[in-house]
Amino acid sequence: MEGSQPAGTPNQPVGTPTGIRNQPAGTGTEGGNGKEILRVEHLVVEYGPRRRRVHAVSDVSFLMAEGETLGLVGESGSGKSTTGRAIAHVQPPTSGHVYFDGIDLGGLSTGRLRRARTQIQMVFQDPISSLNPRRRVRDIVAEPLAIWNTGTAAQRAQRAAAMLEAVGIDPVTVGQRRPQQLSGGQCQRVSIARALMLEPRLLVCDEPVSALDVSVQAQILNLLADLKEQHGFTMLFIAHDLAVVKSISDRVAVMYLGKLCELAPADTLYDAPLHPYTAALISSVPSPDPERGPRTPLAGRTAGMAGTGPVAAALANEVPSPLHPPSGCRFRTRCAYAATLCAREEPPMRQLAPDHFVACHFPLAH
Amino acid sequence: MRSRAGWTSSRTTRHLIFPPVDQALGPMLEVDGLRTSFRTPRGVVRAVDGVSLGLDRGRTLGIVGETGSGKTMLARSIMGLLPAGGRDRLGVERSGTVRFAGHDLTGLPPAQLRQVWGTQIAMVFQDPMTALNPVVRVGRQITESLRLRMGMGRSDAKETALALLSSVGIADPGRHLRSYPHELSGGMRQRVMIAIAIACGPRLLLADEPTTGLDVTIQAQILDLLADLQRERSMAMVLVTHDLGVVAGRADETAVMYAGRIVEQAATAELFAHPLMPYSQALLAAIPRLADAAGTRPKPIPGRPPDLASLAPGCRFAPRCPYARERCREADPPLVEAGSGHRFACWYPLSLEDADTPASDLGDSQGEA
Repeated sequence: MEGSQPAGTPNQPVGTPTGIRNQPAGTGTEGGNGKEILRVEHLVVEYGPRRRRVHAVSDVSFLMAEGETLGLVGESGSGKSTTGRAIAHVQPPTSGHVYFDGIDLGGLSTGRLRRARTQIQMVFQDPISSLNPRRRVRDIVAEPLAIWNTGTAAQRAQRAAAMLEAVGIDPVTVGQRRPQQLSGGQCQRVSIARALMLEPRLLVCDEPVSALDVSVQAQILNLLADLKEQHGFTMLFIAHDLAVVKSISDRVAVMYLGKLCELAPADTLYDAPLHPYTAALISSVPSPDPERGPRTPLAGRTAGMAGTGPVAAALANEVPSPLHPPSGCRFRTRCAYAATLCAREEPPMRQLAPDHFVACHFPLAH
Repeated sequence: MRSRAGWTSSRTTRHLIFPPVDQALGPMLEVDGLRTSFRTPRGVVRAVDGVSLGLDRGRTLGIVGETGSGKTMLARSIMGLLPAGGRDRLGVERSGTVRFAGHDLTGLPPAQLRQVWGTQIAMVFQDPMTALNPVVRVGRQITESLRLRMGMGRSDAKETALALLSSVGIADPGRHLRSYPHELSGGMRQRVMIAIAIACGPRLLLADEPTTGLDVTIQAQILDLLADLQRERSMAMVLVTHDLGVVAGRADETAVMYAGRIVEQAATAELFAHPLMPYSQALLAAIPRLADAAGTRPKPIPGRPPDLASLAPGCRFAPRCPYARERCREADPPLVEAGSGHRFACWYPLSLEDADTPASDLGDSQGEA
């Protein structure tokens, strides 16, 4: 629930009395002109007591342009979800800054942060548990407006119905049901409707389709793409499934153990990865085309070798604990190309091709 | 029941003397007309509705389908591990035959079935966290079946368990024998599950979503591991998954399940290249692929799977099928064979569409044979 609905009691209405449209958050900056909508600088998120400190996100920086979809991929424990939550300030960052539309979210007062967060909404992984089981679908979707006291109850109900219609839920029959009476795909549609009620400019989707069947997954992916065209929001799409991320993203960022490894336009990243981790990740994805080339682990196997060669073979090692990340490059313990430099020095993020950033001492040649 | 002596265990060693499976003729697994249904307050739910299949030793059969298609219930029905009638289940019924190396398993009393589990047929369960006992150390969970079924002594069993843990790729097996499941990562737990399943050298492994929920890198390792073990032991495997990518690389044959039935089955490459049943085609089109350019939209399947408690007559996929015609809504298409082992259940199969020959003509002549 958190994140998509600011907690607490409403204090001020957002937007004009008659309606419905939100103002840009807070301190007088206008969106639309500036290309950059989100700037993440040196983001650090750590959990737990000093002795057992979990370094979930360590020094992550990137930009997002208005209207783009940035995919964020990584294995479990890579810090991709935490990054998404820290951007929405659901989980306050330990240090570093998140600038949304030029405003440092960390510097805002509680009230202003709440107001700013109407512009950043989240869709969560588990569609059923992220909805209040005791409320009816139409009330869940109307609640963001109720919290901000926007319009009359009738206007809110009308807008909720229109939004439910837009996400493919019948507001009359399904609208009066409760989440447990819905399928997973329907619940995810309701979550999306709820997130879009305040007309956010940034939608953070945290594994929105990983709990769904393939047929429903395709429906939700297309729904998100359609809504993005209609509403023109910017989207941070977090997922572990590389093919799903590729289908929806303009650019893709790869995370490993709390660090950003590589960031590039989607086609470039998949066709010519520069970071050994990205290459290994891509080669591990089982391909649904049995005859397709030697990228799949099986093709390597039938040739008599275990794994796909040096890159995938190195991934046989376990992911190190985020309690004690390796020195230097965090991927070095599983990297086929690791040298002494990798243990000594952390590779900085470099731009090696237009819009192609990589943090590696020995990037792959193409 | 055939060769009663073969099923009897020696009291002293509790070691199962199973008839020599390797010399038995015919397929390792033959399932014929298997049905499993639950009586619920809403009516009878036919989770598995007349499934027939065969599997030879050393081969892998992939079973794919969406949630609720009955693929897990099929694996459990083959194994004979069915849930008891619970609060909202008034009863479970299973009919049809499951023959393992020529022996009918469906008529076996529980005591004899337990002797088959583990030693002859084993199962890797979907969720390693709930399938492992959280308060028993990993070592004892592996040695349990070795001591009970293989009649090993304590130290022999421990030696074997160490070897098993190394063979599934767990570093420092000595330490991990003393671990509890919660101390292991998801991938390690799944490896332990596999070690338990293969401990007694089963001839048939039923792997129910063995890699679901694991990262792709770990998934590739687990699937490699299963393939290695399979080759070493010439073990037959049923690989149940919702991930078409997993079966594409690993299964010799693939069966697509929909609403409790097999709707298409063929050699994996053949099925992926030339699906005959529109549902298989739709399923293949619905997955985003790495080979596609960024921004390529997957094609969703409209609608939802039918309610298994109230099925309409006709083909179960007809309400969602873009090619459905009158006949599809009236009569249920049988599973027929189109040569070279490609089975499908459709009145108007895709590749034959151009020829405009109803499949029934083909089916009636070949299906009866």
